[in-house]
Amino acid sequence: MKYKIIQLLTLSIIIFIISIFFIGLNKSSIYDTKNLEGQVLKDIKLDHFSENRLILDKDFKKNNFTLINFWASWCGPCLLEHPFLLKLNAEKNLKIFGVNFKDKKNNALSFLDKNGNPYDELAKDEFGKYSVSFGIYGIPESILINKNLVILKKFIGPLSNNDYNYIVNVLKTNEN
Amino acid sequence: MKTKIIIFFIILNFSIVNAKIFKVDESRIFKNIRCLICQGQSVSDSNSEFAQTIKLVVRDQITKGKSEKDIYKFLIEKYGDWIVYNPPLNKTNFLLWMIPYLVFLGGGLLIFFIVRKNKQN
Amino acid sequence: MLSNIGNSLLIINTLLSISIIFFSVQNLNSSANLINKNIYQMCLLQSTLIIICFFALIAAFINSDFSLITVYQNSHTLKPIFYKIAGTWGNHEGSLLLWVIILTIFSFLFLLHNREYPKNYSLYTLIIQNILIIGFLFFLIFNSNPFSVISPIPREGLGLNPILQDPALAIHPPLLYIGFVGSSIYFSAAIGSLLSNFTDKSFAQSIKNWVLISWSFQTVGILAGSIWAYYELGWGGFWFWDPVENASLLPWFAMTALIHSLIVLEKRNLLYFWVIILCLLTFILSVTGTFLVRSGILNSVHTFANDPTRGVYILIFLSLMIFISVLLLFKKIKKNNYNLNANSKEAFILINNWFMVFYLITVLIGTVYPIFTEVISDHKVSVGPPFYNTVIIPILVLFLFIMSVGPKVKWIKDKFNNFKSLLIILVGAILINFFIIYFFKSYSLLSNLIIISSIFLIISSLKDAIQSFKNKNFNFSRVISHSAFGFFVLFVGLNHNFSVEKDFNLKLGETEKFENYLIKFKNLQLKDFKNYKAVIGEFKINNIQNKKEQLLKPEIRIYENPSTLTYEASIRTQFFKDYYVTMSNIDRSDYYNIKFQKKPFMMWIWISVVFISFGGFLRIFKNEI
Repeated sequence: MKYKIIQLLTLSIIIFIISIFFIGLNKSSIYDTKNLEGQVLKDIKLDHFSENRLILDKDFKKNNFTLINFWASWCGPCLLEHPFLLKLNAEKNLKIFGVNFKDKKNNALSFLDKNGNPYDELAKDEFGKYSVSFGIYGIPESILINKNLVILKKFIGPLSNNDYNYIVNVLKTNEN
Repeated sequence: MKTKIIIFFIILNFSIVNAKIFKVDESRIFKNIRCLICQGQSVSDSNSEFAQTIKLVVRDQITKGKSEKDIYKFLIEKYGDWIVYNPPLNKTNFLLWMIPYLVFLGGGLLIFFIVRKNKQN
Repeated sequence: MLSNIGNSLLIINTLLSISIIFFSVQNLNSSANLINKNIYQMCLLQSTLIIICFFALIAAFINSDFSLITVYQNSHTLKPIFYKIAGTWGNHEGSLLLWVIILTIFSFLFLLHNREYPKNYSLYTLIIQNILIIGFLFFLIFNSNPFSVISPIPREGLGLNPILQDPALAIHPPLLYIGFVGSSIYFSAAIGSLLSNFTDKSFAQSIKNWVLISWSFQTVGILAGSIWAYYELGWGGFWFWDPVENASLLPWFAMTALIHSLIVLEKRNLLYFWVIILCLLTFILSVTGTFLVRSGILNSVHTFANDPTRGVYILIFLSLMIFISVLLLFKKIKKNNYNLNANSKEAFILINNWFMVFYLITVLIGTVYPIFTEVISDHKVSVGPPFYNTVIIPILVLFLFIMSVGPKVKWIKDKFNNFKSLLIILVGAILINFFIIYFFKSYSLLSNLIIISSIFLIISSLKDAIQSFKNKNFNFSRVISHSAFGFFVLFVGLNHNFSVEKDFNLKLGETEKFENYLIKFKNLQLKDFKNYKAVIGEFKINNIQNKKEQLLKPEIRIYENPSTLTYEASIRTQFFKDYYVTMSNIDRSDYYNIKFQKKPFMMWIWISVVFISFGGFLRIFKNEI
């Protein structure tokens, strides 16, 4: 009897492990930080791009929605999402806040000159250190936050058409 | 007399445990942080952009006096559990740390019982 | 044309395997005492044909025959010929062919060497082994065929990843495969033994050399991988607890346990079923490791390119292997009489096995845990060096002490009357450790224990050697392997504690000063080579303490085929230490990121492992003559 229990236990453990492996095969092994959505941003500190001041939490609290977009003039994929940013600029409830990441001022300005400036406000992060507080690990990345600085969505990589529609949707459903 | 000298040296040996290891060591921290855009490299080993940024941030925090634990907590908060190579002891990882020791105990007990049963025969 | 030859040979071999199984089954039921000559001939033919098949693939690589997809994806006309050849097994499909070769050759050789053992045992072993061969041949032919063609024929190949073009990596797969693929033969033999009821100590004799061969090669195979990682990957480490490394370590633990248990089975006819379990477990772990590495289920620096169908096939194959082994065991296992005293060599070998199982489970859990958390709770965790080191090292201290005592214990029953001499050795070890601390620098409590226990093992092994030399019952192989293991732990411990590491950014012409080193960025050169361009940095390392100077030249290499960037470390190997410098560029900056490391005793770590494995080879040699 005791023997039968051991047999059953062994077989069930083996079946369990093998099933986990089967399911695991379908999961991607590439990591992303999308699961940080729902967190509240705090202790924000950024250098303003052109003015000699710091940008803090309160600067974001006055907006209903803010899309914080991390970009640089040397970043190829950033060019891909630029049209979407320009379109989003037209949205009234949304402020587009850019963070110029590890870039040179002149290069950034000429990039915006050439391709258009979608940013309502611009900050710079010369060494990339401030962006770590936002959980950024590559560019382009964008974060959609609301009035209470809650992270609604993280967009890893350039904004796609789906992302654009998503944002427009969020704004529409919160039109009050 | 000889035994007393030997015991003295033994105690001396163990009391000179290096106080330096309790200082925050940046190399050790870098080795413990995962490079998120690399395939299985630590920040210490990686030459990527991300690794270089993290090194700057960690160095800043060390200068500000943050402890090793604080730094990991900060990074886990921003990037998730995956970024640290030492899985924290919480509900999800509890089994990870427990199972090896359970196996160790179990194996020991097994051998103990095998040997004891034989003694009784 | 080579594709046709290759494919035909693969199909012929599959048919051969099927007929070997058929004839063997027939032979089982026959009344003849000897194995049918036809079977031997078929096995010989099988081995010959698979070797020809392999040479066909090698020829394709040497000739840069890009009609074969595998050659196209993994080679290039400008590749040096040595690496063209090594490229044959440096890719998924080619390495699977290597799997089949080892399975086949081991099958034939085992058959030849077992003529003095019962016919049915040999036949069952042959049947199981050929089932494994067929399994892999099917995988090869239908999923990962190295002879699949591409049309139109490309004019140039995609090239072989430059970090794989290294001599240590070239021999790493063959060595490792003789190790863990070779373990297939005693997997089959274990099943053969169960089915034919060939269960006494002569079973141990039948497989012991095969276990030793696979263990010795596995050891050097792992070493080759570590050496490659140290020289090529530019991080200065040699073990990262990366899933692929763990995959090669898991069978090694099982093999080590098996080697020791076989001694008990042979000498005292005990632990038969445990030996069977270990035989089955070793190859199961080998296939598990292959699954983890090739399916893409884990994120690792060494993973081959991913294709989900591979994972499914290997997992199905693995599951079948596990179920059949377990069900067969359940059917055949009998309650055994354990005639074991606490103070006997048998007990100590059991203790060795207990520790090996502990290490095995720890490494296995650490490696697969991320899969479980992801599937069950959709939460990704990383398990890395801190976990393994924290769990394993304290237990290792205990293990080293036990390892020192075990070999001296007598069989069946011993009276422990050499307690006093052990105490003296312990004190000696502590004193030596104290001197190290006093003259150099001190380290953590755990490191103290590791150093003391490893010195204890070394001294007691050597004292053992001297004593048994006097008594003329010398056990060379054991002493060499055990003391080499002690040296290995000692050198790794010292290396860990006395390494110096500094990571800093420097511009050309600048100097960095830290501890007692002065590092000057002297020069930067651009050089053109046959298949890459190199940015070579020249660094002068000044040791302020002993006034010695070193010149190190790390490189950044820019390859075209495939388009990659590699960082070549500059390593200056000396008797007692290595100097290790890597340089990488920082985008959009004049600064370069420099990593300087001083690593003591690196050479000695490699040499220790060579000697660990040498003990195994010596034992095989002693067994054969």
